[in-house]
Amino acid sequence: MLLETSTLSYAHPGQRAISFPELSVDAGEALLVLGRSGSGKTTLLNLLAGLLTPLSGEVRLGGEKLSSLSGQAMDLFRGKNIGIVFQKPHLIAALNVRQNLELAHFFGKKKGQDTTQLLAELGIEGKANSSVLTLSEGEAQRVSIARALANSPKLILADEPTSSLDDENTEKVIQLLKAQAAKIGAALVIVTHDQRVKNQIPNFIEVKAA
Amino acid sequence: MNLLKISWKYLTFRPLSTGLNVFLLALGLAIITMLLLVQDQFEKKMNQDAEGIDLVVGAKGSPLQLILSSVYHIDFPTGNIKMEEAARLSRNRLVKNIIPLALGDNYEGFRIVGTNHDYLGLYGAEYSAGKAWELPFEVVLGAEVAAKAQLKVGDEFASSHGISVGSHEHDQHNFVVSGILSPKGNVVDRLVLTSIESVWYTHDEGGEEAEEAADSLASGADASVLMESGDSGHDHEERFHHPVAKTGFPPSDDTRELTSLLLQYRNPMAAIQLPRMINSATSMQAASPSFEMSRLFELLGVGVSLLQGLALVLIVVAGLGIFIALYNSLRERKYDLAILRALGASRFQLLALIFLEGLMLTFLGALLGIGLGHVFLWLLVNQSEQDMVAAIQPWIFLRQELWILIYALGVGVVASVIPAWSAYQTSIAKQLTKA
Repeated sequence: MLLETSTLSYAHPGQRAISFPELSVDAGEALLVLGRSGSGKTTLLNLLAGLLTPLSGEVRLGGEKLSSLSGQAMDLFRGKNIGIVFQKPHLIAALNVRQNLELAHFFGKKKGQDTTQLLAELGIEGKANSSVLTLSEGEAQRVSIARALANSPKLILADEPTSSLDDENTEKVIQLLKAQAAKIGAALVIVTHDQRVKNQIPNFIEVKAA
Repeated sequence: MNLLKISWKYLTFRPLSTGLNVFLLALGLAIITMLLLVQDQFEKKMNQDAEGIDLVVGAKGSPLQLILSSVYHIDFPTGNIKMEEAARLSRNRLVKNIIPLALGDNYEGFRIVGTNHDYLGLYGAEYSAGKAWELPFEVVLGAEVAAKAQLKVGDEFASSHGISVGSHEHDQHNFVVSGILSPKGNVVDRLVLTSIESVWYTHDEGGEEAEEAADSLASGADASVLMESGDSGHDHEERFHHPVAKTGFPPSDDTRELTSLLLQYRNPMAAIQLPRMINSATSMQAASPSFEMSRLFELLGVGVSLLQGLALVLIVVAGLGIFIALYNSLRERKYDLAILRALGASRFQLLALIFLEGLMLTFLGALLGIGLGHVFLWLLVNQSEQDMVAAIQPWIFLRQELWILIYALGVGVVASVIPAWSAYQTSIAKQLTKA
């Protein structure tokens, strides 16, 4: 298994601990994490990304135990091996599209995928040198996906990637993520409460705040 | 892509705020640069020109005026002194050497100084062409005079009465250039040097006209000459071909006058006794260049401190501006920083990113400031007719300017500390979930 968790739990300051169901995803596979708002889905995603340290249990990615890495080592490991697609695109406004992707190469200390080719696969090659402020929402979303893929990560995490998209675009984005994950042999985990996504990815777990 | 490039992109993303902060800082630093340059060159020049002169003796009046006119050749002379009295002083055992000066004429605004060869020795003058004067009416030109007036050895010119341009000309007898000095960067560059006899004889001729004699006496500022006007033209002709005195006082049967004396002490005791003796026992006054100049600097000091204060305020305001700009942009950028962390940036890289921005701002400000300082000074020098200011070199770079750069970078570091620390502290997970 590429990604595995065991007896994972986390407590936000001043709140009861949340326990998460075990999950495991293999290379090229996709998994949905479903749950209501406030159920702790995003917390689980942050644990998987190594952005939060679990109260108990562990996350293993490619045999590496995330909680054993600390500080700078975790940052670098994340840059190299984990690509995150956020709910909103959150591109760096001071940089153009291509530079936003190069950012991932620089901080991940990895040569990564060729930016021109990647943008072409996502159908936005014409925007490579545009300011990110000129992009439409759909284009910005695709750039943020490209940024997550730039370093050919082992794990792609997506946080509500379709919440602001219509049916047609939802299907496109999910297909895109699946195809890209399969191509680079990454595990894909999508956190969502969007039922439309279920039609395309059969594997799912549900998070319930206890 | 690297940290430097990212910082630079962030800076140029807000050109107005960046530009304003850079400009504010540059203004403050420009004033400091200018003060540094002026102070350094002024003091160096003042000390250089007064070197070897322990005491200046001249007619009673303002001691500062005496120093300015006789050493730096900027103010009007205080009046004339009797040569007899001067010669008596030169025999005093406390006096090592005395150089007489006869001032009062100019050529195109450059002052003509009647003196002896000791004056050339005092400033270590070297010739780029020709040699020192031997006969009356032979002159040696300072480098700047020769260049501006486009005179060469053998050329002739007529002097004008008074020490500024526009007075009437002494056209009875022309001066002949016998030598041109190489540039030394001191006061001699702007002087026309000749023998005391030349200055005397020029005025003798003028003195034949009663009106002019009265005029020169009334002005009191020139080496006007008292003599019997019964001399025949033949007499003139003959003495014009006698070699002049190369050292000490020129011999004369008539009652002659000088403008001032540059004096060197024989021993430290002289510094105590001579000035008091001269001031009380003779009709002349003695003034010490170092004392008078430090008095002048004290007077100017108020203005200098005021400017320094203004520059400091500007720099502090610029520092605050940079701090506020970084801090504000950071609040907007917390999400950016979280994204960078998610992309693999370490806390230290974010810290470095903010520091780099502050440092880059202040580095630009420092470069611009130093540049502006030189340009301001250049404009000032170009606008000025005043000899002292005109002699300042605006394109000399001092080592202290490196300190300005370091100082500015210090401001950058201080202004970035709090924003950088807050960037370092940013929790990514919290930041990313908040939106």
